[in-house]
This record gives sequence, C-alpha cells and structure tokens, in this order.
Amino acid sequence: MTPDFTSIWVYLSTSPLLWLTATLLAYQFALGLHARAKASPLVNPVMIAVVILVTLLALTNTPYRNYFEGAQFVHFLLGPATVALAIPLYQQLAKLRRHWFAFLAGTLVGSTAAVAAAMGIAWLLGASPAVVLSLAPKSVTTPIAMGIAEKIGGLPSLTAVMVIVTGIVGASLAQFFMRIIKIRDDSICGFAMGVTAHGLGTARAFQVSAEMGAFAGLAMGMTGVLTAVLLPLALKLFGVI
Amino acid sequence: MINTFVILLLFQLVGEVAAHGFGLPIPGPVIGMLLLLLYLMVKQGAAEKLAPTAHGLLRHLSILFVPAGVGVMLHGQRIADEWLPIVAALVLSTVLGMVVTALTVKWLQK
Repeated sequence: MTPDFTSIWVYLSTSPLLWLTATLLAYQFALGLHARAKASPLVNPVMIAVVILVTLLALTNTPYRNYFEGAQFVHFLLGPATVALAIPLYQQLAKLRRHWFAFLAGTLVGSTAAVAAAMGIAWLLGASPAVVLSLAPKSVTTPIAMGIAEKIGGLPSLTAVMVIVTGIVGASLAQFFMRIIKIRDDSICGFAMGVTAHGLGTARAFQVSAEMGAFAGLAMGMTGVLTAVLLPLALKLFGVI
Repeated sequence: MINTFVILLLFQLVGEVAAHGFGLPIPGPVIGMLLLLLYLMVKQGAAEKLAPTAHGLLRHLSILFVPAGVGVMLHGQRIADEWLPIVAALVLSTVLGMVVTALTVKWLQK
C-alpha cells in the first residue's frame, strides 16, 4: 500500500506543526550560513530565513494566512521578549541615569532625521502616497509601527515589511558606519542601532555585547513611544494627513 | 524558567490592559517593559533571578521577526513596481538616522 501523499499534505498544510517547524528549520539553516560567513553582518539570518520560507510558500502555493497560523507561535514571543528588555536595561541603569538627557535628545533628533529622510526620498523618487505613508514609522518595532501606519493612512502589513527590511539594513550596516564616524563606545553604538533599527538592531547588538544590546533595547522603547505620540501630530501639523 | 515566563507574561498582560483601558498609543509590551524596570528598581535581587531566561530569550530575538518578514509575499507586486524609491529611502534614511543619533548622543555626553 502506498501512502496517499496528497491527503497527508492536505492535512499537514493546515496544521500549525508544519509551518512552525519550517520556520525554525529555515532559521537554523540561516544561522549555519551566518556562522560559515564568519558572522558577517551582511549574511543576515532573518533575511535568509525569509527568502527560504517565501520560496517554499510560493512553490507549494501556500497562502500567507495558512503559514502564519503555525508561525504565530514564534511571532507571539515578540511580546514577552519586549518585556524582557527591562532586565539588561536595569543592569545599565547607572550609565542611563548619568546621560539621560543625551539619550533623550539623540532619540528625538535621530528618529526625526530618519523619518523625514525616508518620506522625502521616497516622495522625490516618485513613490505612491500609500508607500510614502507606510514608510514613515519604519524605524519603530513592528507592533507599534503597524498601529501608527493604520492611524496615518498607510498599509499596516506593508509597514511590517518595511520595518523588517529597515532592521536588516540597520543591523547589517551599523558597525561599519560607526567605525567611519569613529564611535567606539558600545552604549552609543547600541543606542543608534535601537533608534533606527528597533528589535533587529537590538538582536544584532546583543550578539556584540550585553551593554550594546541593553542600550539598543532602551533606544527601541524610547523611539517607539516618542514616534507613536509625535508622528501622527507632526503629519497633521504639516498637512500630510 | 517557568517563573521568569510567568513574570514576563504578567507584566505584558498588565501593559496590554493599561494600553487598551486608557486608549494609549503605546503598545502593551512596551508599557510592560517600563513597569518591569520600575519593579526591578524597587525589588533588590529580582533582576539576577530573571536574567538567565531573559538573556536566553533575547539571544534569539532575531527569529521572532521571521513570521512578519515572510509577509513580504503579500506585497510582491507593489514592491516590484516601486522598488527603487523603497530601497533608496530605507537604506539612506537608516544610515542617516544612525549617524545623526550617534553623533548627537556623543556630543551631548561631553
């Protein structure tokens, strides 16, 4: 008796098990490639895993909705992981107390520059209004960014993609550009990564040092809160929305 | 480990309740993070107990972004049509934002 592969596929493709396993396997494989490339930031594990999974879904004709039913178990952990950032932050409290004004000002100036440049460049190069507005909150962690996009008239799911790509770009290029402008302090480097590249920048920063990671996590939180409050106000003020 | 997860989820829960209850534009987990930070400042020794599991979770932070990233397939056509402005805007603004942030913080710390 030969097993009926079609019915096995029909069963598996609708159960969370298949795509949850595929997500973990793709990431594990991507980590292996990352290690082989001597941890080069250009071989970003998230990017590789996403490419593998998109290819797999396209080849098997699986809609994103079916995939996400399994992958949501991984996605869900973003919440508790965000809360967990309080712990490394607590361990850097002394430094934070000493320089709180510099960090607050850095968040405001840096995130304003990033938002203005993103929207301005996209608009100058002829992007559609939906894309320009979806780009605005791209430096903020995914759940906040999607909320902002909805508020200002962007497309939340397109914003989620912009956020991830921004994170990959920021995580990959941060140390290179920090070397160029001669920033050697782990706390400043981490902070800049958190302001512009949210959780993915933070994930990368933790690979370098606990201090870099802690300040990236702090910056991510501050940028998220400030952008959520100020961006809709600013866009209204300038008459964009 | 279970203990740490219970604490993380409880703080997230309180954060979500606060965010929705008061209609705040800030997501629940970020409020939970700030509340947990306050708790750690008040309760001596709590951070050391949570640290091993928390650091374990944060070491694998990247994989948590994979499911949302796969959502790129929902926008394939739009991205194919407008890839140049999108890529230019993302790369240039991210580098600019990083450099401006780092220089501002460094200058003000002096």
